[in-house]
Amino acid sequence: MRLLAEAASGSFSWNPVTDFQQMWAYPFMVNAFRAGAVVAVVAAAVGWFTVLRRQTFAAHTLSAVAFPGASFATLVGIGAGFGYFGFCVAAALVLAVLRRDGRPGGVEESAATGVVQAFLLACGYLFVALYKGLLTGPESLLFGSFLGITGGQVAVLAVVGTGVLAVLAAVGRPLLFASVDPEVAAGRGVPVRLLSALFLVLLGAATAEAAQITGALLVFALMVLPAATAQQFTSRPAPSLLLSVLIGLAATWLGLTAAFYWPYPLGFFVTSFAFAALLAARAVQALREASARRGPTALVAPTGEPA
Amino acid sequence: MTLATAGPSAWSQPFFHHALLAGTFIALAAGLVGYFLVLRAQVFTGDALSHVAFTGAMAALAGGYDLRLGLFAGCVGAGLLLAGVGRRGRADDVVTGSAFAWILGLGSFFLTLYTSSRSGVTGGGAGTTVLFGSIFGLNGGQTLVAVLIGAGICVAVLLIARPLLFATLDEAVAAARGVPVRVLGLGFLALVGACAGEATQAVGSLLLLGLLAAPAGAAVRLADRPFLGLGLSAGLAVLEMWTGLAISALVPTLPPSFAIMAAATAVYVATFLFARLRAVGPAVVTME
Repeated sequence: MRLLAEAASGSFSWNPVTDFQQMWAYPFMVNAFRAGAVVAVVAAAVGWFTVLRRQTFAAHTLSAVAFPGASFATLVGIGAGFGYFGFCVAAALVLAVLRRDGRPGGVEESAATGVVQAFLLACGYLFVALYKGLLTGPESLLFGSFLGITGGQVAVLAVVGTGVLAVLAAVGRPLLFASVDPEVAAGRGVPVRLLSALFLVLLGAATAEAAQITGALLVFALMVLPAATAQQFTSRPAPSLLLSVLIGLAATWLGLTAAFYWPYPLGFFVTSFAFAALLAARAVQALREASARRGPTALVAPTGEPA
Repeated sequence: MTLATAGPSAWSQPFFHHALLAGTFIALAAGLVGYFLVLRAQVFTGDALSHVAFTGAMAALAGGYDLRLGLFAGCVGAGLLLAGVGRRGRADDVVTGSAFAWILGLGSFFLTLYTSSRSGVTGGGAGTTVLFGSIFGLNGGQTLVAVLIGAGICVAVLLIARPLLFATLDEAVAAARGVPVRVLGLGFLALVGACAGEATQAVGSLLLLGLLAAPAGAAVRLADRPFLGLGLSAGLAVLEMWTGLAISALVPTLPPSFAIMAAATAVYVATFLFARLRAVGPAVVTME
């Protein structure tokens, strides 16, 4: 895997045109960029709602499911995509059923979540150990790989991604309402519970997509970081959502470029760029607040304000 | 690896004895620490530490040091850091979660750095070893260190158990009575870090959360009195460790980490059934 990357890569020049020409001379890189674009857009859009609804923990659990999903599919000999989507969506349905009777919370739930998560990862390890044919070990499933993405896989990613975005667009307004103020939304006749279950399924599908690029352990970064960064800058839904998609796309493509030229894992680059964006946004925000405190006119919008 | 050699006579092999000895003390430490972790609702700390454990171990390997040096330094350091952050009005969980996601990404960077600096043949398994553990791979010296550190953690937890329990159950009253709540919290998280480093050697950094949470969660469900629960948690952890090791010795295709996790999860699930039976039992009697 690393050898291929080294053989393929020329040297990095700071001229983006030649760099992209060099990368896109390889069909596998073109596929990787296509897949990365689809995944980044879907993950950022779904992740934006996840951050708004404070369901990042659910996203974390679902990403732990992606690993046994992929390794089970490898063991049985079906496409990894089936494993990712099947396991993640099934887990999302289970979560939706468990969550139906309110949120129990407290001491016992956190212990239960920890046990379930560890057991799922252990199952993934079992499948990998049983399979024995995985040359690189489980690392590429856990930390992401961009090599060997076929045109068929890109098509599947695109179809599922379009479906997720279409459903998200259809339920966007009521979902936003239900996320910001569930009680009032329920009072106005919005089916809050149904929306919550539907959103978990969308989250499962988006997690399954993102896991194929960043690896199961680093989905959290691609899903939550762009949204958290965007919500630092603006609290109005539409610009914030757009900004989060753009940040996700930029982090993924920059990550792909970096992973093409330097022999380190894709997941590392994507998380690093996304995390750097969040830190930069925080720093800008802190500077702005400091100058607003000094100056007479404070124009800093309170965060979390619905439009 | 060693699994291939673990035939039916695994019982008499030295690697199995090492695993049994080290595993017992690792499980004791994990059971004791995990119980307080669950009571204090700090299970997420175990999750965070599992990321740091991987990155610490990989950084140490890439830098040419002993894996365990990075493991313990990373985990104890992160435990102290979390204790500091936790006091200063919870930094929101999105930032904490993202920071640890990035740390995990950094770990994958160190992993590649390490494997590409070696000849590639021996380095390939290092990531898997740290992520999922290899308790059957411990040699005599490593076993001795694991036993000593595990025993040290147990003694330390038992020494601070009374005041820590007081501070856990009612922090305000404990502080008013002169219990050094802050120092206890800090010391406890340092112990959690050390315990995470221990558990990583047995079940790996990704699964240590289960070793900390499963016996303790079961004990919290079964026992009402705290000290009974503490003992039960440690006992269950050791029992699950032994069961897992035995299963793995009998069925060599099952990796020990999975067998230990499966035993722990089975016990934890059984407590739910037990609680349901106990809830149903009296109701049936009164109906007759």
